[in-house]
Amino acid sequence: MISRHRLGLGLSRTAVYAVFTFFAMLAVVPIYLMLINATRSTEAIQQGLSLLPGNQIAHNWKALTNRGFNITRGFFNSAFIALATTAVAVYFSAMTAYGLHVFQFRGKKVLWSVILVVIMVPPQLGLIGFYRMMAQLKLLDSFVPLILPAMASPATVLFIRQYLKSVLSLELVEAARMDGASEFRIFNTIVTPVIAPAMATMAIFSFVGSWNNFITPYILLSDKDKYTLPMLVQLLRTDIYRTEYGGIYLGIAVSIVPILVFYAFMSRHIIAGITIGGVKE
Amino acid sequence: MRNALGTRARLERQGYLFVLPFVVAFLALQLYPIIYTFALGLTDFRGMSRNFKFVGLENFVHLVSDAYFWKAFSNTWLIWGISFIPQLGLALLFAVWCSDVRLRLKAQGLFKAIFYLPNLLTAASIAVLYATLFYYPNGPINQALVQAGMRDVAFNFFRDSTFTRLIVAFIQFWMWYGHTLIMISAGIAGIPVALYESAVIDGANARQMFRHVTLPMLKPVMLYILVTSMIGGMQMFDIPYLITNRRGDPDGSILTTAVYLYNHAFTGSNNYAYASAISTGLFLLTSTAAILMYAVMRDRHHPSQLRPGKFGPSAAWLRRNAVHEEGRAR
Repeated sequence: MISRHRLGLGLSRTAVYAVFTFFAMLAVVPIYLMLINATRSTEAIQQGLSLLPGNQIAHNWKALTNRGFNITRGFFNSAFIALATTAVAVYFSAMTAYGLHVFQFRGKKVLWSVILVVIMVPPQLGLIGFYRMMAQLKLLDSFVPLILPAMASPATVLFIRQYLKSVLSLELVEAARMDGASEFRIFNTIVTPVIAPAMATMAIFSFVGSWNNFITPYILLSDKDKYTLPMLVQLLRTDIYRTEYGGIYLGIAVSIVPILVFYAFMSRHIIAGITIGGVKE
Repeated sequence: MRNALGTRARLERQGYLFVLPFVVAFLALQLYPIIYTFALGLTDFRGMSRNFKFVGLENFVHLVSDAYFWKAFSNTWLIWGISFIPQLGLALLFAVWCSDVRLRLKAQGLFKAIFYLPNLLTAASIAVLYATLFYYPNGPINQALVQAGMRDVAFNFFRDSTFTRLIVAFIQFWMWYGHTLIMISAGIAGIPVALYESAVIDGANARQMFRHVTLPMLKPVMLYILVTSMIGGMQMFDIPYLITNRRGDPDGSILTTAVYLYNHAFTGSNNYAYASAISTGLFLLTSTAAILMYAVMRDRHHPSQLRPGKFGPSAAWLRRNAVHEEGRAR
């Protein structure tokens, strides 16, 4: 850190650490309680708080899964949709960013402006129209409408293009052209390795965004075998699970723990991604 | 290189090929549904009926006088506002502490990572989690309150409009202040050191530097955070929908516009037309608000318009950096 400013606003280090610790607890405690309670019996949960785990996880798992909803299946549905969405979003965004960066064509400026504006448009805006359109195309209860729209991910294009600007030398592309490589071959074999870090960062955000998406699958899917994890978790708020607290906590944990594990390894990249791109997910 | 012109035309075509998938997907799967939604708002389309007709602005006339819509809209603003003000304030304060060289805080990265964590969690799961934590009579919060002697008997939070709103606003705050903190930290890191140096030479104290250097320089990033947070907040759905009974109760206190819209389209008589009108109305109101925010806040303190002043940069510094700053404002 460069010695630049002294903006202590009169607080001591200890006080700041105390405040930070309090807010860190605020983030951690609800998650910790969820994890602990996922392993405790419903009776124990109703009797009182505990900071130590129980041994009822198997029992809770039964309570969670014996009501006709297949959590494991939901997990794999969510994972499949999120992986496919990520692949589609990242590959096509990289293609678009590369197209905008390397080629000169008419309409390029317009496209770029559209991308900058559309970043601000909330994705739910056209939801009713999207639902009707998918109903007409007989694509309700299909994963396709959850995956394909990711082909146009403006924020990802913006991020990868900024990255391309700083790392890709056009001489490299020119040299490959001289060797007779086709444009797509250049993109696939020479460019993608160079921008892999940016693609990885955006892959994280695509994956998490898709994994967490509740409203779109909730509107489009009605076949229980196709339910995603958030759709199964919302069922925990219904009469079906009324007071099975152990099962409820465990169900929430199933949707959250994968992200916690992921975050434990990737937090550095994730935070760098927000900082560089200023991209709001 | 056979022929420069031919090559250029070929490359132009190649350029189109690269952006084509994006353009097609955008037009067909994003823009068309939006236009379709706007158009449905002008019809009387509901339920399973296959034939519907154009009814002009009927839905919008109804919308303007729909007390529930305005209630939902003001609920959404209220909840967003309650979550946003502390969010921005705290993020700003924390970012300033983190950048303070006298404090020299250790483990900043770890703290920021923890503060940001809730942002990544599934909102639907968070709603169910908080509903369970605040459960009456024996959810963990009530157990803690009674055990600590702060209350004699458990309190039914979700029977109380004010508490329910506060809980939803708190969750929004909890999920987003870490994100705002990281954005503002990046903004502070981007402020040229020379500005602080010249402020020091002018004899500014910490408070004055914050007021006259840090805040004005952060204006663009804060404006961006304000507008994107507002746009996102206006769409608030998962948490207010799931945390109580899916109708925004108690007393419609957390009925947000998105919940109201969803319930029109996908419950009861499936009034897609009216839901589309709500969607369009929300879009118009949100856009107006965003434009107003830009109009009111923009540029007055943009770096390129800083004037040489008591604690501001020197005139020479501004001249030297003018081009650079232009280049940075994307």
